[in-house]
Amino acid sequence: MNRAGERLINGLVKENPTFVLMLGMCPTLAVTTYAVNGLGMGLATMAVLTMSNLLISILRKMIPNRIRIPAFIVIIASFVTVIQLLMKAYLPDLNKALGVYIPLIVVNCIILGRAESYAYGNPPIPSLFDGLGMGLGFTVALTCIGAVREILAQGSIFGYDIMPGSYVTINIFGLAPGAFFVLAILTALQNYVKIKGKKKGKDYSKLQSGCSEDCLSCPDTGCSKRFYDTGSEKKEEPRVVQSSEELDSEIIMITERTEEDMTIMDLDKEGN
Amino acid sequence: MDSVRELLLLLVGSSLVSNVVLSQFLGLCPFLGVSRKVKTAAGMGTAVIFVITLASAVAGAIHQFILQRLDLEYLDTIVFILVIAALVQFVEMFLKKIIPSLYEALGVYLPLITTNCAVLGVALNNVQAEYGILTGVVNGFATAVGFTIAIVILAGLREKMEYNDIPESFKGMPMVLLTAGLMAIAFTGFSGLL
Repeated sequence: MNRAGERLINGLVKENPTFVLMLGMCPTLAVTTYAVNGLGMGLATMAVLTMSNLLISILRKMIPNRIRIPAFIVIIASFVTVIQLLMKAYLPDLNKALGVYIPLIVVNCIILGRAESYAYGNPPIPSLFDGLGMGLGFTVALTCIGAVREILAQGSIFGYDIMPGSYVTINIFGLAPGAFFVLAILTALQNYVKIKGKKKGKDYSKLQSGCSEDCLSCPDTGCSKRFYDTGSEKKEEPRVVQSSEELDSEIIMITERTEEDMTIMDLDKEGN
Repeated sequence: MDSVRELLLLLVGSSLVSNVVLSQFLGLCPFLGVSRKVKTAAGMGTAVIFVITLASAVAGAIHQFILQRLDLEYLDTIVFILVIAALVQFVEMFLKKIIPSLYEALGVYLPLITTNCAVLGVALNNVQAEYGILTGVVNGFATAVGFTIAIVILAGLREKMEYNDIPESFKGMPMVLLTAGLMAIAFTGFSGLL
């Protein structure tokens, strides 16, 4: 049970997917115009993440290594469809507000990332709590960003007016550019903390933020992973994490890059 | 005549007015990741145009001729993601074999787009808006052109920005995000076009 709690805290604080790892930025920016939208999106993602983590972990010995990515995607897409149908039936307003971003949970880096880096190599119960922790972390982050943007743009939170009547709303934070600005400030704050910590000798090299330099938001999955293992790449064994001490030394972001990424980076460096 | 006009409006609307990255936040990952040099950004843009146009045609056909006929529309998400991922892989193999020169130009970027949310997003948007196959393809093409415009502009700005004096905490991503935000403001100006 101790390990389950540790997983929860890990997802909520230590490796918060939004504030620390900066994963899954598309929905984060798109739906956080209101706090309630952020909350709904977070809960939907959490439900999918928890269930897919559990199922993938149960099936981990049956899924062949070479076709694991397609298998993960089918499992995740099925749960997303379930959530989508449930929301259509019971929360039609929220479903309409979130629109295409609900089915797009399928390509959220967090879910595929957790499947690949945790659920595929660990027993069901810790995986379940890992999904729950990560999902909660994502929900809290989205609700916070949504609340900030709602206060700035509408002067309200969860639909209740809280600002004094003389408050002039800053509409831009409710629109697309505002989302970029909020995220920019968030990333800058994270950088600031890191720079300060580095001066004190803390090591942040393990915590690579997903939105950093290259297309690494989902280094081993999502946008940079081949759908099938074509056999030309070196094969990675799924990583099994035995103890929580070892966990601390594990890097969530898998930094090994495939050949293609290296080529991209070389191209980027060209002419520098 | 009327339908041609509608398609042209859609072309402008999807590429400029509701730009895929700057107002819908789809495809942010390659937008932020592969925009350091104009050359690579243009390559990525071309690959995205190619894949999205093809994917919206295939996804539209599957939706209309198979899923709709069998009343299986709720399977859209699952089918689309698998079809798109397989399609990209197939296109990559096909190009490698048949048109090596094009593969040289686009090959590097193709695997990066496999599960780019813009590709799936366009396919799902087409279905939700109940576009036909032709309209869907035009919408897909326009969306991808919008992506290319945005990423090339951002890359141009980033090349210039390299020589600027930026506060330590804002170096790297925060500055790029601020630039993207300013671009998004500029792009809202296009809403007067329609």
